[in-house]
Amino acid sequence: MALRRKDLLGLEDLTREEIELILDTAEPCKQIFTRDIRKLPTLRGKTMVNLFYEPSTRTRTSFELAGKWMSADVINIAASSSSVVKGESLKDTVRTLESLGANIIVMRHRAAGAPHFLARSVDAAVVNAGDGAHEHPTQALLDLYTIREKKGRIEGLKVLIVGDILHSRVAKSNIWGLTKMGASVTVVGPPTLIPPEIEKTGVKVSYNLDEAIRDVDAINVLRIQLERQKKGLFPSTREYINLYGLNRHRLAKAREDVLVLHPGPANLGIEITQEVATCDRSAIAEQVTNGVAVRMALLYLISGGGRQHEAAG
Amino acid sequence: MKLLVKGGRVVDPAGGVDDVRNVVIDRGRVEAVESGEVPETAFDRVIDASGLVVFPGLIDMHVHLREPGFEDKETIETGTRSAAAGGFTTVAAMPNTDPAIDNRAHVEFVRSKAERFGYCNVVVVGAITKGRQGAELAEIGDLVDAGAVAISDDGNTVMNSEIMRRAMEYLRMYDIPMIVHCEDETLAADGVMNEGYNSTRLGLKGISRLAEEIIVARDVMMAEKLGARIHVAHISTRDAVDMVRRAKARGVRVTCEVTPHHFSLTDDEMEKYDANYKMRPPLRTPDDIQALIEGLQDGTIDAIASDHAPHTEEEKDVELDYAPDGVIGLETTLTVSLTNLVCSGALSLSQLAQKLSANPARILGLSGRGSLSRGSVADLTLVDVDAERVIESRLFESKARNTPFEGSRGRGKVISVIASGRVVYDGGAIVDRTQREQYAC
Repeated sequence: MALRRKDLLGLEDLTREEIELILDTAEPCKQIFTRDIRKLPTLRGKTMVNLFYEPSTRTRTSFELAGKWMSADVINIAASSSSVVKGESLKDTVRTLESLGANIIVMRHRAAGAPHFLARSVDAAVVNAGDGAHEHPTQALLDLYTIREKKGRIEGLKVLIVGDILHSRVAKSNIWGLTKMGASVTVVGPPTLIPPEIEKTGVKVSYNLDEAIRDVDAINVLRIQLERQKKGLFPSTREYINLYGLNRHRLAKAREDVLVLHPGPANLGIEITQEVATCDRSAIAEQVTNGVAVRMALLYLISGGGRQHEAAG
Repeated sequence: MKLLVKGGRVVDPAGGVDDVRNVVIDRGRVEAVESGEVPETAFDRVIDASGLVVFPGLIDMHVHLREPGFEDKETIETGTRSAAAGGFTTVAAMPNTDPAIDNRAHVEFVRSKAERFGYCNVVVVGAITKGRQGAELAEIGDLVDAGAVAISDDGNTVMNSEIMRRAMEYLRMYDIPMIVHCEDETLAADGVMNEGYNSTRLGLKGISRLAEEIIVARDVMMAEKLGARIHVAHISTRDAVDMVRRAKARGVRVTCEVTPHHFSLTDDEMEKYDANYKMRPPLRTPDDIQALIEGLQDGTIDAIASDHAPHTEEEKDVELDYAPDGVIGLETTLTVSLTNLVCSGALSLSQLAQKLSANPARILGLSGRGSLSRGSVADLTLVDVDAERVIESRLFESKARNTPFEGSRGRGKVISVIASGRVVYDGGAIVDRTQREQYAC
């Protein structure tokens, strides 16, 4: 099987089969963590550029490791240190990167749709590493992978996404991925942080975490951007913690085997307590490891991996 | 010089004509609109209009010519060339230039530039407040005296209701309309598209329809209580149209306009993340389009205006969030209107002529325009309404290319345009100003 697309821009336009292909391919990739020599020749001779217009530690590092372990030549560009500060346009930057021979461009950008804009104008494969409040497809893929690994399946599970759904690209990608894979999804948060007509994506909406937390198989806790409070979207951090902070007492209302996820970086003590983040039901550390495996699988597939076998078969 | 426009179907609702007629033009005025044979030898030039529709010259009451200040986007010369190519013989220039058209000297500048370099008649809309800042009234009396046909802070809403109230009161001295841009800036903020399922799906910041409707409600209420005359620019939501409909029924002096993009396109387009669909108010939903068309049909919406808003390619070809608002429309308005309103059966040609000529002339008080009755200014737009056309921005006369209709197919081609008795567009091409005089009538 092969991924028949030039770019990965979001999970909204991926089929269930494509998502399964990426998750299945990630399984052997994960084994590289247990090897002595973490190097595969898969992307030898390919140039991959991490173009990050927003600060990121874990996503960028994860992509960088995934590329390097597969022998790609990896270049990291942080917008603050590039000619962007000289007023260079995105289009111009990317044209330059393409002239330098980039095969894969991994981009993080604060403007939704920036990767789509980019994908239209370059031949290189574009991987969205998070665009504004739109999508963060590889984060959702690693969340799906983690849930599947821990629960053995995704179909039929009940998943709760907690927090600032309005501004969260992680939530959007998770909603597409989970619903396509047959999970039932509830989003919970204050009404001011629930985007309009979100029900049309197939999710349920709740404003009450204490009720919504019962009977779910997994909880994905989102980072709350504290500056949203200044825009009047919620009254205070204190009230947010009271209503939506995931702590031991709330978790006690959930099922014994509930899985706790967080895309990171967490505001510990705000949306999630340190105690919960590190408890045995939390898969937060595992998510980071799985992120590398999923990104290796994606980079392999987006570079045409699997197509040769298919042609032969 | 005498000019004969022969054998076209004259569609002139203000003059009560919709039939094949000859139009006789003498010294810039319509001398006669008559049927039957006319001896051609009596004319300096005869334009054969058989098979064409002859409209009273089209009037676009909402155009951004960008001069002074933004000549890289458009100039009075290129903007009026674009107007002529689109069939317009009069355009109303909006005051959001740099500096804003907020005093006599700036009105006179635009008028004199248009006089010297224009390809059609240009009327000027002055600002309501100094610098369009919404804080202090502009010298409205002087603006009117210099020839401003309306006042508007278009692009900005006068958010301060006290200033707005004073502006409406002050305007009692003059019989010109205030053109209101209705958008509560605190609600619209940095939104880039209509708020709804699509903004959720696309992760783009939504603009609530309440932003438009709250200010329409406020301005209609003020106009009613203060007796002012207002014209709502680029109306775009069902409830806003409803408010205007009910206000008109109560006798409030309110009119409104709609743009071709708002009655043709929905926010589904935003999934392309293409800034050529980014404007304010934003593209709405199929239900709003339905309401806008109903508003056009029942007369709630008086006019179709392009809100021609040129920007450079460099400004528009960027991440959606960073691109400026606005799209051009002078060279697409007629085709899009014929296609989506007349071919679809929503409006008759005569109703279209009302929206694109008679009503804008009435609202702006342009005497002698908007009709082809005897003695009117000789503004004529000759159109092949059946001709198929593919919209291609590379062929535009405008400096700008930021159209949301690139590549779309439609009906209607402008063939010739006569503005104030001068043939400015002839056989599908601009008559360059330097060669024009030989055709002046």
